[in-house]
Amino acid sequence: MSQRRVARWPDQVFFVIVILVAFLVIALAFAIVAILLYNSQQSFRVFGWAFLWSTTWDPNKQIYGALPFVVGTLLTSTIALLIALPLSLGSAIFITTVAPRWLRAPLGTAIELLAAIPSVIYGFWGIWVVHVYMDTTVDPALQKYLGWTGAFSGTYTGFGVLTASIILAVMIVPTISAISRDTLAAVPAAQKEAALSLGATNWEMTRVAMIPYSRLGIVGGIILGLGRAIGETMAVLMVIGSSDRLPTSLLGNGSTISTLIASELLSNNGPLQISAILECGLVLLLISLSVNVVARLLVWRITKSAGGAVA
Amino acid sequence: MKFDHFARRKLKSHVVTVLAGLTVVAVLYPLIDIIYTAFVHGGAVLFQLMFLTSRNPTPCSAISCATVGIAPDIEGTVAMVGIAALISVPIGVLAAIFASEYRTRGIGRVVSFTADVLSGVPSILMGAFIYGYLVLVNPSLIETAYTGGVALAAIMIPIVTRTTEEALRTVPNSTREAAIALGISKWKMTLRIVLTSALPGVVTGVLLGVMRAAGEAAPLIVTVGFSNLPINSVSTLNGPAGSLPVLIYLFAQSPYSNWLSLAWGAVLFLLIAVLIVNVLSRYMIHRLSAKMAGAG
Amino acid sequence: MPETKLRVEHLTAYYGGKPAISDISLDFPDRKVTAIIGPSGCGKSTLVRCLNRLHETGPFTNVEGQVLLDNEDIYQLDPVRIRRRIGMVFQKPNPFVTMSIYENVSAAMRFNGRHSREETDRAVTRSLQQSALWEEVKDRVDSPATSLSGGQQQRLCIARALAANPEVLLMDEPCSALDPIATAKIEELVRQLKENYTVIIVTHNMQQAARVADYTAFLYIGKLVEFGPTEQLFERPQDKLTESYITGRFG
Repeated sequence: MSQRRVARWPDQVFFVIVILVAFLVIALAFAIVAILLYNSQQSFRVFGWAFLWSTTWDPNKQIYGALPFVVGTLLTSTIALLIALPLSLGSAIFITTVAPRWLRAPLGTAIELLAAIPSVIYGFWGIWVVHVYMDTTVDPALQKYLGWTGAFSGTYTGFGVLTASIILAVMIVPTISAISRDTLAAVPAAQKEAALSLGATNWEMTRVAMIPYSRLGIVGGIILGLGRAIGETMAVLMVIGSSDRLPTSLLGNGSTISTLIASELLSNNGPLQISAILECGLVLLLISLSVNVVARLLVWRITKSAGGAVA
Repeated sequence: MKFDHFARRKLKSHVVTVLAGLTVVAVLYPLIDIIYTAFVHGGAVLFQLMFLTSRNPTPCSAISCATVGIAPDIEGTVAMVGIAALISVPIGVLAAIFASEYRTRGIGRVVSFTADVLSGVPSILMGAFIYGYLVLVNPSLIETAYTGGVALAAIMIPIVTRTTEEALRTVPNSTREAAIALGISKWKMTLRIVLTSALPGVVTGVLLGVMRAAGEAAPLIVTVGFSNLPINSVSTLNGPAGSLPVLIYLFAQSPYSNWLSLAWGAVLFLLIAVLIVNVLSRYMIHRLSAKMAGAG
Repeated sequence: MPETKLRVEHLTAYYGGKPAISDISLDFPDRKVTAIIGPSGCGKSTLVRCLNRLHETGPFTNVEGQVLLDNEDIYQLDPVRIRRRIGMVFQKPNPFVTMSIYENVSAAMRFNGRHSREETDRAVTRSLQQSALWEEVKDRVDSPATSLSGGQQQRLCIARALAANPEVLLMDEPCSALDPIATAKIEELVRQLKENYTVIIVTHNMQQAARVADYTAFLYIGKLVEFGPTEQLFERPQDKLTESYITGRFG
């Protein structure tokens, strides 16, 4: 189409600039991996693969192991996902099938505002509102009624793994909800009318015609939410209690890889600790990248929310 | 048999409706609670006269203590986000132009995909990798505002790239074809015509990226640290700087009541800024897509 | 004239504030095929979508008037009940894309409590036989509905609608997306269906109406122009407009 136009030198220069910048962006991605990889070498030489399942993290003895933080990351993210899932799907279903048309956009916007609130503010709210409520009401109740499960033992302070998970859940709901909403809204009217014309109730239509059709998108949204939860730092840091040991109770303290990095990277315990911390960072990066890649492949271009505020 | 089940089915549908409504309430409750709490605790502090323009007060706990101000932190945030924007906006826009206007090359989709994936990288890792780089190359650069700005730039680049690309895509191909037909060179067409049409969307995206960067504490903690000193000249950027989010983090559990109040004021300030920009940009995008739909 | 199954009285339906059909009054005879013909945009689809209360599910819609099924106004009853008794087949076949043939046909049954596997099997077989699809798919009822051709998918949709045990079957231009052979099969089907169901078929093809329908209604710009036995409407039309349409002078 444009072959007949002679490429003048400004066009060529522009093209070179633009393609160089594009490669820069790709290089950024590789740089992140490369630098973390390079910095992990020292730790890997000392601890080997056992680093990944070792539970000791002792800066005094210069022995480091990643497991407490990996477990912390996965535990808080999973619990957050379990809490967020029904809330996100429920609100997505409400907005797309129940709410009157004029209410849909405002509700959607309101939910997405939750995604715009900075993590520190969630952490602040976590300290001054959620933790108090957990300490006075939720934790004692859990210990009393569900203590037999063994998951809620020990002293509780209102801070800890569960509190962090709950705040994470609030933070990832907008992500999952928005993608589910977009997917559900994209179900063709013909499918919905097919269900209605058979005498389906509203819920039956949703269950039979809309949700199966939107499976892939919803799952993609869930995975994207998981990805967000895995990487969250500040809100978790401010309420999880920061312990270097494997968590023994949901009401007790814990740590995630991101909180480890934020709290200990600048402490002066020698290069081995820094290497160990960055090796944990590499683990986080790999987990996060895989999760995000899988999610993007499922949801490629279904998200069209304003300015990417959702993810 | 048909009529036996009918009532039960309708009941189920109603129950689901109610449950779904409850989930909406549950989801929106934190939003309202956060805003409410911020106003209750931070309102009196924020609306003091010199709050935004005074330096951090010395810590103290008496009732008569000064609870102004957060000027150095605002200056720090503005400086670092400014540096980040200076770096990330050209890079992001140019990369998006590549992905969108030079799409015939497969690399364009790779850039798109990379930007998407990068936007999912935890912000703490952006700070950590810059730290890791500097630790090897030039440790003295750690704990300077420049480094903080670079870390924020790393976070902003994927956002700007993605939103710019989306904005460029909304420009109809007929615009480009008309320009080519008039013999306008590609670089002029892209910058003067296509980019200009997409400008509102691009600006909105940049604004949202800026707000996101302004609220980030994690990468700053590991690259800049914190400081009480005001930023009065460019040379100050060579040292640690305060910032709103890090202030909030550090003072969140302060034993000094006036520092805690300061943090509440900062929380409210940041919250209002973020929410207003967000709502406004949504509104703008809404108006924009309505206009495009009308014109297209 | 035979008994009336469905009576429309002074029906007006709005779309975006403007009436798509105005003041239509019509009696659909029981267990006969009634065709609704007219030029594009005359409101045929809207009329039929009012008969199973699907029209009101769209945005900015409104309905005035009455539609009586066996002398009960369907607008006073629960729409979910009505749609069970008045089924619909759409212009473009719309089987549930994530389901198999079997699941599609049995969909309506799944809304209505638990049935044993044998019961469901029987119902599915019967419906597929009624829609003349059984022979072609009996070996692969578990394969995806989307693996069928267009004509087969439409017969699947008919089977699905029939499996709900309706009294009336609405067909909104069911053959317009199909090739002539598939169309012929469906027309044959319609002729058989009237033994058990009241069929109302919208068509833009006058020859089709002449072939399958016992009665025909002619709509023009949202109003009912003429209604009567098909033969009479086509050979001795009473209204000048009808005559013009039939002789091809417009539309």
